[in-house]
Amino acid sequence: MTGGLTPSQTVGPYLGIGLPWPDGPYVVAEGTPGAITIRGRLFDGAGDPVPDGLIETWQAGPDGRFDHPDDPRGAVAKEFRGFGRCPTGPDGSYHIVTLRPGPLPSPDGGTEAPHLDVSVFARGLLNRVVTRIYFADEAQANAADPVLASIAGDERRAGLIATADPDADGTFRFDIHLQGEHETVFFDV
Amino acid sequence: MTTHPPSPPTAFSLPSYPRPEGLHPPLDSPGYRSTALRAPHQPPLLIPQRLTEITGPLLGEGRVAPADADLTTQHAGEPLGERIIVTGRVLDSDGRPIPDTLLEIWQANAAGRYHHKVDQHPAPLDPNFTGVGRCVTDSEGRYRFITIKPGSYPWGNHYNAWRPAHIHFSMFGRAFTQRLVTQMYFPDDPLFPYDPIFNSIPDPRARERLISQFSIDLTEPDWALAYTWDIVLRGTGATPFEPQDGAR
Repeated sequence: MTGGLTPSQTVGPYLGIGLPWPDGPYVVAEGTPGAITIRGRLFDGAGDPVPDGLIETWQAGPDGRFDHPDDPRGAVAKEFRGFGRCPTGPDGSYHIVTLRPGPLPSPDGGTEAPHLDVSVFARGLLNRVVTRIYFADEAQANAADPVLASIAGDERRAGLIATADPDADGTFRFDIHLQGEHETVFFDV
Repeated sequence: MTTHPPSPPTAFSLPSYPRPEGLHPPLDSPGYRSTALRAPHQPPLLIPQRLTEITGPLLGEGRVAPADADLTTQHAGEPLGERIIVTGRVLDSDGRPIPDTLLEIWQANAAGRYHHKVDQHPAPLDPNFTGVGRCVTDSEGRYRFITIKPGSYPWGNHYNAWRPAHIHFSMFGRAFTQRLVTQMYFPDDPLFPYDPIFNSIPDPRARERLISQFSIDLTEPDWALAYTWDIVLRGTGATPFEPQDGAR
């Protein structure tokens, strides 16, 4: 079924001129009360950093709601962009400064643990790949999360959980491995 | 930020965006060598679309200045090359226009060189051309850019590899599931048969949908040729429609 739809192509090696925004990584301004920083690196199948990728994040606000007409719970204050975007550096690193998302009601009656949806774009990716960032200090919510529950294998599931950086308050680490032994779980949404 | 009491976890329904089976290039496309170490080996895990997937950033006017849609007026002088108009609509596959949605484009200059430090193709940079544009669709989903026809350029994928002339396009739609980054090509490019990126799209009819059409009607006399290209993002399948193939 491809009726009429536009197919994807790679962003190529020069996305850096077109897609980054100066304020892209700052879903909220640095210093905003409650702000956290998610830092990580993007790796290829040889374990080398990917220096020409782009990470995008999309998430609910701390109240677990979206500023979007299809959120059935109605309108929210238009204060939180919810969207982050950061090109990877020469060492494959990215960072996103944001607020922690709240838990979300699931249409089937369950609850989704706090998470961010992530798109990864890069030369060599003919379409984006999609993953999720969860938080290590939400163990109880993570245990009840329907998406995490659908992943076979503790190690693969653990790859989606950002860990608190012991050296930097309010900072979480989340690396993405496109391929290889530690390949991140990617989703077909 | 205003806080709201969490809703009770009772069942509710959300729109869904059917997956376009067989539309996009397989990530593992050996003809395009950069896929070798970057395409995941595990098949993606199918998950139901929930709130995070059926919503998305509604990025509109605040991100774009009117001048961002004219790539020929961003510097002191005019860029070299063939001035063109690129225009069309952003629709969903149900035939509905997507208004107020952000488009971002980037491209090589007329000589086939990107304004990017990694691009070492021995063709001239143009001090009057950066090759980056943005605009927001109008109430009927229309967009319009003024730019320079990009040149073809060589790349290292295989011996004598050249990319067909193209403009990179990035679209958000209104849901995370609709996010799309692709490339628009120009009609009758002799490089199509040799390009592994273009040919990574399995369905030849879907490939054709990335090729813009020349429009004499939208061409402005004594000023610029026009190319039209419509972008169709995933719909909710509410009223499926199959556009006439001639219309692309």
